[in-house]
Amino acid sequence: MQLRISIQHADFSLQEETAALRRLSSNLGALVTFSGLVRELHDEGAVKGLFLEHYPGMTESSLEAIALEAGRRWPLTGVTIIHRIGELRAGDQIVFVATASAHRAAAFSACEFIMDYLKTRAPFWKKCLAEDGEFWVAAKDSDQAASERW
Amino acid sequence: MIDVRYFASLRETLGLSHERVAVPSPSTVAGLVHTLAEAHGGRWEEALRAGRVLVAVNQQVATFAAPVQDGDEVAFFPPVTGG
Repeated sequence: MQLRISIQHADFSLQEETAALRRLSSNLGALVTFSGLVRELHDEGAVKGLFLEHYPGMTESSLEAIALEAGRRWPLTGVTIIHRIGELRAGDQIVFVATASAHRAAAFSACEFIMDYLKTRAPFWKKCLAEDGEFWVAAKDSDQAASERW
Repeated sequence: MIDVRYFASLRETLGLSHERVAVPSPSTVAGLVHTLAEAHGGRWEEALRAGRVLVAVNQQVATFAAPVQDGDEVAFFPPVTGG
């Protein structure tokens, strides 16, 4: 399984990322992608953007562990995980997960599994930047529940 | 010495991102928290013992009972909110 993990400030291109995965094998039957975006509306109100903090070193190793666990559960040809850090504005792309496999069931399940695990296990923290100040986003029980179903 | 790191809201609450402390060897995360509270005061222990604070030893999620020794990196942080 080919694995690409990137923690970066810069934006990413879906087209470039999916093209790289398609080049891996002529026997690829399915390519599932997930893109997470910065929403303007949060539970606490409207935000201008987000600040993303992470734990360098542990972030990369935890994402690698999650991707390798997905590779043990489903037959995958390639996995790409990109997570942006630093300051992002509403509407920006924040996270990208792509899973490539011979068949769609594996690619769909693995992509969802990776996102559910990423949200509860990878050391990232979001701070909302609003008109009237800044506040840290609280972890959601629904994300915990989503990761526990696997 | 132990490398201690604090992240996100916990880093802001404590006003510190990184410090190096000596602990009697062998010790545990709980022992380290006790040492930190002695150095900084009770407020520190309260913040680190708060219900949902997570700990990682050498970048692996651990418990407060986990052993720590000289040269380890121990990080304290709130529940993660990436993605």
